[in-house]
Amino acid sequence: MASKQFKNIDWVTVLLYALLVGFGWISIYAANFNPENPVFFDTGKEYFKQLIWIGLSLFFIGVILITDSKFYVEFSYIFYGLTIFLLILVLLFGKEINGAKSWFEIGPIRFQPAELCKVATNLAVARALSRYGFSFKRFSDVLRAGALLLFPILLILLQNDTGSALVYGVFILVFYREGLTPYILVFGLISAVVVTLTLMVPNATIIGLILMGLLVLLYMRGLRKELLIPILITLVSFGIGYAVRYAMEADWDTEFLLIPGVLVASVYLVSTSFIKRSFRMIPTYMLILWSAIALTLTADYFFEEVLSHYQRTRINVLLGLEHDPLGAGYNVNQSKIAIGSGGIAGKGFLEGTQTKFDFVPEQSTDFIFCTVGEEWGFLGSTIVVILFVFLLLRLLYLAEKQHSSFSRVYGYGVAAIFFFHFAINIGMTIGLAPVIGIPLPFFSYGGSSLWGFTLLLFVFLKLDTNRAELIR
Amino acid sequence: MLGVGLMFISKLFVLQVYDPSYKLSAESNTRRKVTQFPSRGLVYDRNGKLLVSNQAVYDIMVVPRDIVPFDSIDFCQSLDIQIEDLRAMFVEMRKNIKSRKISSYKPSVFYKQLSAESYGRFQEKLYKFKGFFVQGRSVRKYEYPLAAHVLGYLGEVGQSRLDKDAYYSKGDYVGISGIELTYEKELRGRKGNKFVMVDVHGRDKGAFREGRYDTAAIAGNNLTLSLDIELQEYAEQLMQNKIGSIVAIEPSTGEILSFVSAPGYDPSVLVGRKRGEGFLNLASDSLKPLNNRALQGTYSPGSAFKLVNAAIALQSKSINEYTKFDCDGPLSSPIRCTHHHRTPIEAHGAIETSCNPFFYGAFRYTLEGGGRNTREGYKLWYDHVKSFGFGERLGIDLPYEIKGNVPHISLYDNIYGENHWRAITVRSLAIGQGELLVTPLQMANEASIFANRGHYFAPHLVKQIENRSLADNYTTQISTTIEPENLDEVIRGMGDVYDGEIGTARYYKNDSITMCGKTGTVENPFGDDHSVFIAFAPRENPKIAISVIVENAGYGSTWAAPIATLLMEKYIAGEIPKRHKYYEKKMLEGDFINGQ
Repeated sequence: MASKQFKNIDWVTVLLYALLVGFGWISIYAANFNPENPVFFDTGKEYFKQLIWIGLSLFFIGVILITDSKFYVEFSYIFYGLTIFLLILVLLFGKEINGAKSWFEIGPIRFQPAELCKVATNLAVARALSRYGFSFKRFSDVLRAGALLLFPILLILLQNDTGSALVYGVFILVFYREGLTPYILVFGLISAVVVTLTLMVPNATIIGLILMGLLVLLYMRGLRKELLIPILITLVSFGIGYAVRYAMEADWDTEFLLIPGVLVASVYLVSTSFIKRSFRMIPTYMLILWSAIALTLTADYFFEEVLSHYQRTRINVLLGLEHDPLGAGYNVNQSKIAIGSGGIAGKGFLEGTQTKFDFVPEQSTDFIFCTVGEEWGFLGSTIVVILFVFLLLRLLYLAEKQHSSFSRVYGYGVAAIFFFHFAINIGMTIGLAPVIGIPLPFFSYGGSSLWGFTLLLFVFLKLDTNRAELIR
Repeated sequence: MLGVGLMFISKLFVLQVYDPSYKLSAESNTRRKVTQFPSRGLVYDRNGKLLVSNQAVYDIMVVPRDIVPFDSIDFCQSLDIQIEDLRAMFVEMRKNIKSRKISSYKPSVFYKQLSAESYGRFQEKLYKFKGFFVQGRSVRKYEYPLAAHVLGYLGEVGQSRLDKDAYYSKGDYVGISGIELTYEKELRGRKGNKFVMVDVHGRDKGAFREGRYDTAAIAGNNLTLSLDIELQEYAEQLMQNKIGSIVAIEPSTGEILSFVSAPGYDPSVLVGRKRGEGFLNLASDSLKPLNNRALQGTYSPGSAFKLVNAAIALQSKSINEYTKFDCDGPLSSPIRCTHHHRTPIEAHGAIETSCNPFFYGAFRYTLEGGGRNTREGYKLWYDHVKSFGFGERLGIDLPYEIKGNVPHISLYDNIYGENHWRAITVRSLAIGQGELLVTPLQMANEASIFANRGHYFAPHLVKQIENRSLADNYTTQISTTIEPENLDEVIRGMGDVYDGEIGTARYYKNDSITMCGKTGTVENPFGDDHSVFIAFAPRENPKIAISVIVENAGYGSTWAAPIATLLMEKYIAGEIPKRHKYYEKKMLEGDFINGQ
């Protein structure tokens, strides 16, 4: 029986898992290695504890593999409900660490239910999306899928753990794969770009970019007369407004100059649509232009009023608007120094100085990649990046092969979550992403996150052993 | 996903391979050079007595971030400071943190140079004051409150020196004056470096590469001075409450035995916490105790210079030992005589009695005798005078020596016109007045020349440098233009100053030591005459040559002569004859500063 369980398992993924966990442990060992007192069997040391967590992971893997695949399908909602319950409990009885109240503490063991929740949410989403007749064209189905994400997001936000909450946003990729209109995805992306640009460059430039983008979009959809006129109206009225402001030396915000034109153009578009009884163009124009204006107007407000000070400075530092290597940019700066000092081949195992001497904060958890960069250099870090990309591609490949839609959705979920963690975590250590405190899968120290990721992966591998079947 | 992967790899390439700046930042992050200060060379006197050593002082250091609220009254009491002082120190500290002069993670000096006893008191309570600790440092310790002008002092290195010499870094202590300055390179030793690894808070994490790149500090070389500290002490006692200077030289070597500039000060004043205050007091003192009068005071030599004139006249055959000049006492012309003695009088008698008319006559013969015209004669005289080291730096191993002045012929040509002046015009030079200016050091050297019968060694203060030989210029004999046989008459006169019936120093004659000297009463346009005396003893194989000048004290025979005599007795015999105790008491009590 057991041998049969292992026969179908995807050994490539298992090998990748083993490599990543092994390399991860070596990095944790190096990050905490004390050259003055090089003891190994110190139960207080993180590398020793991590060894125990890895051992327990192997045990969990065993349990996962001997459990019937159907169990995960059947119990997905119950599992989801339980973890939501845990998230509520942790809000009431949890322990606050680093400002986030997201930990249970039972004796010497600390446990973060949010990590478990990723697995449960992924199972629940897979269950919901694979339900017979589910369609993103049906509004109630969209709502149901969205609600599955909303609960954990809200509860984790309440724990004050923004990073972990953001992870759930990545399910939009899964939804897209399962038939969600690409507009939402594109809209989301454009919004992100607009918000970022608003913070970085003067509004006039953004508006120019938005208009250009709009024209490109129109071109792609085939240039239509109906849209050309409103666009021209918008542009001309913006030009007049700009000239008037220049002539009067007035102190108007640039985005307001756009509003009259957009208004006139909108009225024109709506009225002609009524005359021609064709409303096709209205959503495209309205959605893109009005929301762009709304975003530029609200981004600043959101940034200044809604975000907390430290989040604001982190974003500013990332965008290069604030240079403060000793303040908010300290972490990233030191992290870049550590990685950069590694050179091509690295300083060698245990020879890293930046990470060991606490220049890099959180050097065994969120910033563990620094140790890799410093001690193993460009070659080592590239290998890690390649391993991750390889794992992600392998997961996508496997997901596509699933006959059962539950397994497929679940597989995409796993890949999406790993992708988000990988992209944000490594991106943050090399200064490409904002500092969001989420772990690097299999590398960062911590039982909860290791178990969470292991569960996530091996449940999929278990499902994969039955890939030829329809699991119901 | 591939895109993100490629993006990461290219960014990693930039960080790790392309851009070197991160590697540099990493080095400066973790490796810190800790300077190891060598201990400065010690200074001994000629008999091996320790004069200057090093003592530990304690700086209170602070790591601002680690401070927790503490009992400030207790803090102040253990340091013996006022609460306002403490408040000011905190204001200063915060200002420095703000302007990034100091880091709140790294130790910086909070309170400088605590004495050992305050340190003891503070150390006991240190556990109560989190964030503070004490760091030892070494400063000079002076075993005697003497010889300040010789020893000099240390101070923080100045910007100009920093720019010139890469050895120093900001905050280092260097010699500012005295032998501390002259022998800075010998005394300072060599700094060592220790490379340590530090963590993000600057805390020591052990040696860098097991200390492979460390260099040990090398202690400075010890100096043995030529000073005799006991003689120095006696000399300074004799000069208390007086203005002036004493320089005593061992004629056979040029080694300076005693070097006094009065008023002096205790060198310890310029060490430690009170240094700033001490320096300010000394600098603002109207008697200028910081001035080194023995090197920088310029005086007319007065009658002490008559020895030189006599020697030149004899050397140039302008006179011989039988040549006599008439003296009409106070009625003499063009220079009157203040002494009563037989007339006419020959050279040795004129020296004994300091007869002005004789020296005018001898000077006139030097300049205009033997068929010379005045200018030829003056040139001859000038060259002879210069060979005594007058008008030049003697090259003592102390900074800021002054040349003095021997008037060049062009001076008189300019004033009177070429060939429009005669010996009578410049007659003041005959008796050591006029444009002639000398330093007490040069006068002591003059005494040394007569003691050596015509040659000298450049006066110097350092007898021996550890691990190194003395500079050549201090071991080479320098000859004057005077031949020894022409000095017999002068030496005889100098002896008669003590031994003659009417010698100007006859009261101070020592029964067991034959002494030679010459008094001087220097006219001073700014006040009372200066009392001057130069001498050497014993007459044969002299051991000490000395010059004493006491400003505004009047006759050379009343103050300078007894002081010089007492010092020579002290140095040669080790004690003062009972008969001279009266003078000793008088000299010790003499006060020209506070008004007797």
